[in-house]
Amino acid sequence: MPTQTIIETQNVFKTYRLGSEVINALSGVDIKIKKGEFVSIVGKSGSGKSTLMHLIGLLDTPTSGSILLNDKDVSRLNQNELSFQRNRSIGFVFQSFNLLQRTSSLDNIILPLKYSQVPKSEWESRALKMLEIVGLSDRKNNKPNELSGGQKQRVAIARALINDPDLILADEPTGNLDSKTGTEIIELFRKLNKSGKTIVIVTHDEELAEVANRKIILKDGKISKTL
Amino acid sequence: MRFFEIATSSITALGANKVRTFLTMLGVIIGVSAVILLISIGRGIQNYITDQFDALGSNLLFVSPGKVSFGRDPGNSFSRNKLEEKHIKLIQTHATDIVEQITPMVNVSETVKYKTKYYNAAVTGINEEGKYLFDYSIDEGAFFTRADVRSGSRVAILGKSVKDELFPNQSPIGQSIKISGDSYVVIGTSKEKGSDFDEQVVVPYTSAINSFELKNISRIVVKVKADKDLNSATKLIEKALLRDLEDDDFTVLSQADILATIQNILQMLTIGLGAIAGISLLVGGIGIMNIMLVSVTERTREIGLRKALGATPFDVALQFLIESVLLSVTGGSIGIMIGWLASFAGRAYIRTEVPWWSVAIAFSFAAFVGIIFGTYPAVKASKKDPIEALRYE
Repeated sequence: MPTQTIIETQNVFKTYRLGSEVINALSGVDIKIKKGEFVSIVGKSGSGKSTLMHLIGLLDTPTSGSILLNDKDVSRLNQNELSFQRNRSIGFVFQSFNLLQRTSSLDNIILPLKYSQVPKSEWESRALKMLEIVGLSDRKNNKPNELSGGQKQRVAIARALINDPDLILADEPTGNLDSKTGTEIIELFRKLNKSGKTIVIVTHDEELAEVANRKIILKDGKISKTL
Repeated sequence: MRFFEIATSSITALGANKVRTFLTMLGVIIGVSAVILLISIGRGIQNYITDQFDALGSNLLFVSPGKVSFGRDPGNSFSRNKLEEKHIKLIQTHATDIVEQITPMVNVSETVKYKTKYYNAAVTGINEEGKYLFDYSIDEGAFFTRADVRSGSRVAILGKSVKDELFPNQSPIGQSIKISGDSYVVIGTSKEKGSDFDEQVVVPYTSAINSFELKNISRIVVKVKADKDLNSATKLIEKALLRDLEDDDFTVLSQADILATIQNILQMLTIGLGAIAGISLLVGGIGIMNIMLVSVTERTREIGLRKALGATPFDVALQFLIESVLLSVTGGSIGIMIGWLASFAGRAYIRTEVPWWSVAIAFSFAAFVGIIFGTYPAVKASKKDPIEALRYE
């Protein structure tokens, strides 16, 4: 049985208009990410890796070309449909954590469930399970300002996991952390990948990119190398 | 996302910024309490007028010169005032059956002087029947007599307030006061009756005409016999006066007519006061919009995050709209309480009243303001691009 493809881009172009200037952020990108993979997307700033991440994360739609999520074309969906798909299929991890202030870890983790169809009775038990996975069971009532950087990112990862998404999409997840904590977060991603999660890390950090099974290198809006 | 969950997020956001939330609500609080208070004061004035008319006694008909329109200062109609003493005779002769008492009336606002003290009193000239007609109770001394009226005696009855002001610690009986340069002897004081009556200095109308060099009387007041119908009495008096006067030389109004007209004017005044206060409520609404716009900008990242995690544009719009409506409705409720308390405190001075419709209008207007001024910021929030929003520092 061939492994299921989670997300696929087919000859994707993305063009921005900045005043009178036209910027080709992506010019014909084809990638395919299969279930259970651990992929890193690497490139210098301006290489188009952020644009590609936004497209894979369904935050944006391509100018031309198609994006398939679980073999379904999602490149022409409207805002509401995109929100629905993001909620179900994508778990985001950001460089700057993006936790809600004055909100406990538990409630931060629950946030995606609030926009889902999951019944409220399951919210807390699910969130507690996620806290256990990231190793923060004793921090469920702490607010972000009472957590260290590494702990914050763990809460963010727990939040990304809670809807059991098809894809974890992490944007420079260690960018705001010291190297020791960064290593711990990378270990956590590895552990998650081993348990079957599909993970894509977007980074300009070569070292971080090395931990992935596969490395996609972007340059000037095109794939220059796949390792 | 369920409505309740969105509302919880809204409440959390408002609670996170308590001082700002309070200050934003303050505009609505002031607006709503002003609406409630001013309408209740307007109502108080209406009550005051009604009380005055009740104090006057019932069954009264007023014959005024000219075609009276209440929008105008009645004093203006003096120019074509054709009412004279002989018209009293006319009514007495041709409408005998219905007249219980009848008096001419002269009203002049004038400074009354006793030694070095002054009082700006309502000098009222009537005849001896006026005592019963207006139901004056004499506290000290006596009312003037028919003979006093005939001879135009310079005698005066002081209202309670006038007496208290000019003669705080002494009996005024037998003392001489000055009205328009003429000396009048105080022969009596009346008991407390109600503010306007207490400001009066009552004199024989003949003396007043003489002192103020008037040609005519201000009006004729008729007390109709208790068993007679006011409408037919009005017709009878009109018929009697038409023997000497033209149709537009006079107007016969019952107390109820006058009261209804004044109440109409006061009702408009009350609504006008409420509308002016409504403007401050509108300003409060603009304050809400201002703060909501700031809040949307401040929380750009939060909006981006929520959208990335699956919030639809509608979810985001609803969250911000609920915030602004909560601000206006909570502010409105506090405003209603404050307005009501202030109105209650005002009862020390005037019989204020908070009608249910003023509460309903103020509250719905506050909610309406929250929706109207909350919509634009909410739509703005919902349209934020999650990519831009997440990048926002």
